[in-house]
Amino acid sequence: MARYILGRLLSAIPTLFLIVTISFFLIRVAPGGPFDLERPLEAKVMENLQRIYQLDKPLWQQYLLYLKSVASGDFGPSFYFRDFSINELFAASLPISIKLGASALLLALVAGGFMGMIAALRQNRSTDYAMMAAATIGVTIPNFVVAPLLTLFFGVWLGLLPVGGWNNGAAQNMILPIITLALPQIAVVARLTRGSMIEALRSNHVRTARAYGLSNYAVVVVHSLRGAILPVISYLGPAAAALLTGSVVIETIFGIPGVGRYFVQGALNRDYTLVMGTVVMVAVFVIVFNLIVDVLYALLDPRVRYD
Amino acid sequence: MTVKDTNDRGAVLDIRRLTVDFDTPTGTVKAVRGVDISVSKGETVAIVGESGSGKSQTMMAAMGLLAENGRTKGEVLYRGDDILGLPAKRLNRIRGAKITMIFQEPMTSLDPLYTIERQLCEPMVEHGGYSWSAAKKRALELLQLVQIPSPEGKLKGYPHELSGGQRQRVMIAMSLANDPDVLIADEPTTALDVTTQARILELLADLQKRLGMAVVFITHDLGIVRQIADRVYVMKDGEVVEEGEAESLLTSPKHPYTKMLLDAEPEGRKDAVPDNRPIVLEGQKLSVAFDIGGGFLKAPQVLKAVDDVTLTVREGQTLGIVGESGSGKSTLGRALLQLLPHQGRVRFSGHDISNAGKREMRPLRREMQLVFQDPFGSLSPRMTVGQIVTEGLLVHEPGLSAKERDKRACKVLEEVSLDPVMRNRYPHEFSGGQRQRIAIARTMVLKPKLVVLDEPTSALDRTIQKQIVELLRKLQADHGLTYLFISHDLAVVRALADQVMVMQHGRIVEAGETEAIFEHPVKDYTRELIAAAWQNLEPISGN
Repeated sequence: MARYILGRLLSAIPTLFLIVTISFFLIRVAPGGPFDLERPLEAKVMENLQRIYQLDKPLWQQYLLYLKSVASGDFGPSFYFRDFSINELFAASLPISIKLGASALLLALVAGGFMGMIAALRQNRSTDYAMMAAATIGVTIPNFVVAPLLTLFFGVWLGLLPVGGWNNGAAQNMILPIITLALPQIAVVARLTRGSMIEALRSNHVRTARAYGLSNYAVVVVHSLRGAILPVISYLGPAAAALLTGSVVIETIFGIPGVGRYFVQGALNRDYTLVMGTVVMVAVFVIVFNLIVDVLYALLDPRVRYD
Repeated sequence: MTVKDTNDRGAVLDIRRLTVDFDTPTGTVKAVRGVDISVSKGETVAIVGESGSGKSQTMMAAMGLLAENGRTKGEVLYRGDDILGLPAKRLNRIRGAKITMIFQEPMTSLDPLYTIERQLCEPMVEHGGYSWSAAKKRALELLQLVQIPSPEGKLKGYPHELSGGQRQRVMIAMSLANDPDVLIADEPTTALDVTTQARILELLADLQKRLGMAVVFITHDLGIVRQIADRVYVMKDGEVVEEGEAESLLTSPKHPYTKMLLDAEPEGRKDAVPDNRPIVLEGQKLSVAFDIGGGFLKAPQVLKAVDDVTLTVREGQTLGIVGESGSGKSTLGRALLQLLPHQGRVRFSGHDISNAGKREMRPLRREMQLVFQDPFGSLSPRMTVGQIVTEGLLVHEPGLSAKERDKRACKVLEEVSLDPVMRNRYPHEFSGGQRQRIAIARTMVLKPKLVVLDEPTSALDRTIQKQIVELLRKLQADHGLTYLFISHDLAVVRALADQVMVMQHGRIVEAGETEAIFEHPVKDYTRELIAAAWQNLEPISGN
């Protein structure tokens, strides 16, 4: 297993290299540059800026310089947030996004899994229909609608929770963003769990468990749920990568200094290094979570082996 | 073993006037209509019937294992107490402890995610008052009891690491764990190879003698009934049509349905084909190898699925290829049709087609067709029967008008004795036997020369099998077809084949004229297969 993990991590290097290369040149193709403001800068100032940020060099040279600094873990200075390096920006904002995303993920797994399981056990009865209707609503209503509604209800009318702000990660500030982030995931997890759980409950080995008079817990949790959770896990890998790297909408609405904003800000401001930084960050998350999913799969299902 | 009166008070399990109804969107299906079945201590009772007769549902209902939409009425008395419809909690004191079950599907009846040990121990801890460590000790004893090789290693293993026969032995071990009074065996050997089947039956009979439990054996195979049952119930359409002591019932059946079941062995022989007919298919020194491991720095591991096989089939002949699962018989069929890369030469009607490409094969494909084992999985559920049957014509006769294709579909459906009106229906509306007829029609519409039939009758009831065998013989006679008939079922092969080839581990064990092979087998393996197939009671070597 250790060998397998090592192999997978090594094979991520060429993948990352390709991603860096493609996105480096793609962002350069976009018209405009980091210093093209509405009122053009003086030619002399522009020249100085270009020199400082090494934009005056030929593109291939810039590319090699960037590769070199990325290889040493330095994502370069931000072109827009002039006093910060990309590493500093991420160091401040990524933990916030991860904290929110991880909480939302956990909530989605627990609540969605539970809902899906109950719905499967009460298949085609009112509980099932209610759960699945709720799940459909969860998927269809976009987060930019859910977030203001939640704020209005809990923040303004009831006055129970703050309407926004991070407040150094105080619990009451996290509740609404987490719920907003988690709702669609809860819905998807519930639907997936329900589907695979229904299949599991009808399987022959569950019939065996029933025929041998095992307790309800053993039948449902031990023999059905463990198998039924496998498709959920393969869904959650990429979903986790997306959740942990922040959400522009939620960070904007709740005023949270997470990493999600940088996706939009970087692109709009032609902040080359920031865009590259976010791309690499997402790629790393996707690669790592896919690996985690595969390892979890092997741990849960003895038929899967990576030797 | 003593045979007791049905009304004996000593019945351990006594099912009275049991009915099972299923509510379906199209109305109520009466699966079981008032059945009385009883079994006494130490007795083996067989419930016989074809698929859909309600034999399994009777016992499932007794054990509270019906699907959600099932409703029951009547009584199921276990030692005098009615257990029918008890809530799961109270029923669980009996099932798994006093009444246990083994199932038809050894491959899927065990949870793939847990070790054999854990699954064996669960019912013991649940019912038998064992601690986990005591249960583990007993699990080992149980595996020894059911004669699994190297039981210590198997305990830590997972179901997928065991063969079908071994998994069924594990299920048997599990069923015995809490010293049950009644063991319900639902077609426990149907999914197994004949030789494995014989060994499992022996094991069950032996265990019953030693442990003295009652056995309810659900089966469609009268050969098994003859071998193990004291009393027999014959079920049809949810009712018991005949019951009685095994011997008298099997020798002098009263009900016409029982007579028909007993009569359902495939009959007749194929007319011989003169040896001067042109050769249709010829294979020389065929081998197929699969990579099963090895890697970058490891030596490659190769499984020789087919190993140096040579065969010749003449026009109008049937070559029966016989062997157990894993013997390479299906792989051989596929290699001959150029569906798998192989070594050696294959000639079809004089053309060398060894490892021919897709493009070269396409015109020949029409002349060489394939019918599969699983009539449920091999027809597209989203196409009508008419579309399925004529799909091949779209490729091989693209010029045909839709009307002309429809006409051909009608004609070929008539030929396989299906009503052409049914061509607008979908496969799920047909029974297994009808589906197999559709699959045969699909090949016949192309007027092939050679048809490879890969276990076409294995998933069917005996009476249906008989009809399919007769249909195949008729089509062959009418169209001068050449068959390659792959099967593990020797009775069917005997009724169809001119030549027989027995395969084991990818090699030919024995080959020759059908009658010669069946009457005077030379090799031990062939003898063992024949003995197992006809349920001879003589001891089987190599247990």
